[in-house]
Amino acid sequence: MVRMTGSQILLECLQREGVSTIFGYPGGVVLPLYDTLPQFPAIQHVLVRHEQGAAHMADGYARASGEVGVCLATSGPGATNLVTGIATSFLDSTPMVAITGNVARTLLGKDGFQEADITGITQPITKHNYLVMRAENIPMAVREAFHIAKTGRPGPVHIDIPKDVFQEEAEFEWPEEINLRGYRPTTKGHSGMIRRAAEAINEAERPIIISGHGIIWGDASDELVELSEKASIPVITTFLGIGGFPETHGLSYGFLGMHGMYHANMAADEADVVIGIGMRFDDRAMGRFNDFNPDATIVHIDIDPAEIGKNLPTAIPVVGHVKRVLPELTERLERRDRSEWLGWIDRVEEEHPSLEIRETRRLIPQEIVRTLYEETNGGATLVTGVGQHQMWAGQHYFYDSPRKLVSSGGLGTMGFELPAAIGAQMGVPESEVWAICGDAGFQMTMQELAVCVDERLPVKIAIMNNGYLGMVRQWQELFYDENFVSVAVTQPDFCKLAEAYGIRALRVESKGDVLPAIQEARNYDGPILIDFHVDQDENVWPMVPAGAALSETIEMPEKELVR
Amino acid sequence: MSSSNGTGPAQHTVVAIVEDKPGVLQRVAGLFRRRGFNIESLAVGPTEFEGLSRMTIIVDGASAPVEQVEKQLYKLIDVVKVNDLTHEDAITRELALLKVRCNNVNRHELLDVANVFRADVVDMATNSLTLQVVGDGDKINGLIQMCEPYGIRELSRTGSIAMTRGAKTTTVHESEPEAIARVHQSQGRRVEADLPFSSD
Ligand SMILES: Cc1cc2nc3c(=O)[nH]c(=O)nc-3n(C[C@H](O)[C@H](O)[C@H](O)COP(=O)(O)OP(=O)(O)OC[C@H]3O[C@@H](n4cnc5c(N)ncnc54)[C@H](O)[C@@H]3O)c2cc1C
Ligand SMILES: Cc1ncc(C[n+]2csc(CCOP(=O)(O)OP(=O)(O)O)c2C)c(N)n1
Ligand SMILES: [Mg+2]
Repeated sequence: MVRMTGSQILLECLQREGVSTIFGYPGGVVLPLYDTLPQFPAIQHVLVRHEQGAAHMADGYARASGEVGVCLATSGPGATNLVTGIATSFLDSTPMVAITGNVARTLLGKDGFQEADITGITQPITKHNYLVMRAENIPMAVREAFHIAKTGRPGPVHIDIPKDVFQEEAEFEWPEEINLRGYRPTTKGHSGMIRRAAEAINEAERPIIISGHGIIWGDASDELVELSEKASIPVITTFLGIGGFPETHGLSYGFLGMHGMYHANMAADEADVVIGIGMRFDDRAMGRFNDFNPDATIVHIDIDPAEIGKNLPTAIPVVGHVKRVLPELTERLERRDRSEWLGWIDRVEEEHPSLEIRETRRLIPQEIVRTLYEETNGGATLVTGVGQHQMWAGQHYFYDSPRKLVSSGGLGTMGFELPAAIGAQMGVPESEVWAICGDAGFQMTMQELAVCVDERLPVKIAIMNNGYLGMVRQWQELFYDENFVSVAVTQPDFCKLAEAYGIRALRVESKGDVLPAIQEARNYDGPILIDFHVDQDENVWPMVPAGAALSETIEMPEKELVR
Repeated sequence: MSSSNGTGPAQHTVVAIVEDKPGVLQRVAGLFRRRGFNIESLAVGPTEFEGLSRMTIIVDGASAPVEQVEKQLYKLIDVVKVNDLTHEDAITRELALLKVRCNNVNRHELLDVANVFRADVVDMATNSLTLQVVGDGDKINGLIQMCEPYGIRELSRTGSIAMTRGAKTTTVHESEPEAIARVHQSQGRRVEADLPFSSD
C-alpha cells in the first residue's frame, strides 16, 4: 500500500473510474486538489466561467455520451452555484458526480469563511450525497458515488470534502467490492407481471406505447423496436424519450404532451391499453391526470418502484430494467394485425397535421430547425434551452437515435443550452453539436463562450432571437389577456458579443439566408454563432393548456396561420 | 400494487431499518417534509445489529398513501428495510412522564388512578407526583385525561416503537451466527423472507 494525500487519492480514484474530463472552478479550499492535478495528466480540467456552467457541462457530457459527468467547485458560493445544475440533473435522472470542497474539519459548523452546509442543501436534489471526513474514506465514497450515479435509475451524487482531508495522508486502498445493503435496484422484471402485461397487450385492440427517457438510459432502443414491430404497436414518446424510438420509423407517432403532436395526444387518449416504458407519467406529458383516458388499462414498466402508481392508477406494474424486461415481454407477445388502429391514428394525423411548416412572410424558427434537419440528414446533436425554441427543436427535427436531443425537461432550466452543448461536444468529440438557444436563456450562461474558445470546440450556436421570453409571452397572450409584463428583452448585439470572445458570428434576418448560414457553420471548424432574427409573435402549437386534459389539445388558431 | 388514494387508516406505523450514519435522520425527515407526509411521531434507536438503527414512524394516513411512503423511503440509499405494521398484529408502545399536581388530600386518589393504568411513581414532592407510564397511545391518553383534573404541570412523551407479535420479525435478514443456527436447526424453524425487491 502507498501513502497518498487526500487529493492524490481522490484523483487516483477518479482516474480508476475512467474519468477523463472534469468541469470545474478553483477556490480556497480546493487549492490542495488543484495543486495535485498536474500529477494526473490523463484527467483534463476544463475551466468554466461560472459553476452553474460546470454542472450543466457535466450533465450535457453525460446525456450525449452516456458516461458519468463530473463537476467540481470550491466551498460556499462555488458549491451553491452548482445547485441549479445538480437539480437539473436530478429531475431528469442523469448520471453525475459533483465534487465540492468545504472548510477544514475544525471549522465545520462554525460559519467559517465560505462555509455553506452544502450537503444539507443538496440532500433533496441528489440521489445520494457524502461528507467525507477522512482521507482513507475517499475511495469508498467515490466508488459508491459512481455506482449509485449510473446504476438503477441514474442520478446525481454529491461528494463534499473538507480542505484538510485533501491534505491528510492515508494508505491508498482501492475497494474491490462495494456493499450497499440499502441499494439494490431491481433489474429483472417479475415474470408473473410480465405475463399479465403480455396478456393485456395481446387482447388489446388499440394498444399504445409511451416510451420515455428510461429507454435511452437503459440502452434499449433496439429492444423497443423489436417489441413494437412484432406486435404492431404504435409508439409515441415523452419529450425526453425523443430519439429512443426512431422517429422516421413507420410505427413512430411523435411525442405527446403539452406541446406534443395532436394525433399523439388523441391516440394516447383513445388507446385501450397504455404501455408506459421508462417514463414517469409527468404532468406535462399526460395533461390533467384525472381525465387522462379513464378507460385505459395502464401497464407501467419502470426501474423505480416509487414511480408506479405515483400519478396514475396502474393496473399492471413491471419493476425492472427495460433492457431485461422488454425481450421477455416481446417473447410473449403475439403478432397481430393492427392496421385498423394504425389507420385511425394516421387519419387523425392527416386531418390535424401538427408539423406542417406553413408559408409565412417572416422568418420563423420552425423552418430554421427543419432546414437544419434536412441539411444535416438528422445526424446532428441538438442541445436546447427552455422555452418555445426548445419545443420547436423537439418537433421539427426528427431524431432516429438516442442522445441526439439534449434538453432540460423536468426542471426546465433556462441557460442549460450553451454549457450543456459544450459538455455534449466534449463527451462525443466527433459529433456535430448545435446549441439551439433562446435569446433570453443564452444570456443566463453566455459567459461560457470563453470555454468554446479555450477548448477550440466546434460548437454551432444558433440563437432563436425573438426579442422575448417567448414562452412566457405566449402564456401572457393566451391566458393573461395579452397583458404583457416583463417579457420583452433588450438584447446585446450577439454577433459583436461573440466576436469579442474571438468567435465567428453571422446574423440572419431573411429566409433566404438561413440555408447558406447553416452551410457556412457546418463547413467551419470552430465555434460559430448565428443570430437568427425571427418573428416575435410566433406561438408553439399544438398546446394542452396547463391543467387541461390531452383530449382538450388546441391546434393553431386560424388567425395565426397567416403571418 | 396499484396506487392507493390515501383513504386508508388514519395512522400508519412504518418501521425503517437504516444505516447508523450521520445525517440519516435528516434524510428521512427531509423526505417526509418534501413529499408532504406528516409525521405524528418518530422514535429512533439501535437494533440487534451493530451499525443499523431502527426508526418507528407514525404517519398521518390522510397525508400520504402509505405505499408511496414505503417506496420513497426505499429510495434513500441508507434505508435498508421498510415495513408497514399498520395491518399487522403488532405491539405498540410509548412511554410518558407526567408531573401531576396533588396535595395531602387527593394524593391517594391519584395513586389509585396511577395504579389502574399500571403507572409507576418515579418521583414525589409535597405538591406533585411524577408518574411513568408505558403503553399504546390510547392508554397514555387515558391516563392523561384522568390526571387533567388534578393539573398536569409537565408532560413528556416518547414516540411509539412497534414490533410484530409472534415469531415473525421485521428486521433485516442476516445470516445467523453459526452456534445459534445450530441450536435453531436442531429445533426446527421457519425460513425468513427475503428483501421485498429481489435483485442481482
Ligand atoms: C417548456 C416545456 C414543455 C414541455 N412539454 C412537454 C411535452 O409536451 N411532453 C412531454 O412529454 N414532456 C414535456 N416536457 C418535459 C416534462 O417536463 C418531463 O421532463 C418529461 O415528460 C419527462 O419524460 P420521461 O418521463 O420520459 O423522463 P424522466 O423524467 O427522465 O423519467 C425517466 C423514467 O425512466 C425510468 N428509468 C430510467 N432508467 C430506466 C431503465 N434502465 N429501465 C426502466 N426504467 C428506467 C426512471 O425511473 C423514470 O421513471 C416539457 C418541458 C418543458 C420545460
Ligand atoms: C432559470 C429559469 N427562469 C425562468 C424560467 C421560466 N421560463 C420558461 S421559458 C421562459 C422564456 C425563455 O425565453 P427564451 O430563452 O428567449 O426562449 P423562447 O421561449 O423565446 O424561445 C422563461 C422565463 C425558466 N424556465 N428557467
Ligand atoms: Mg426568446
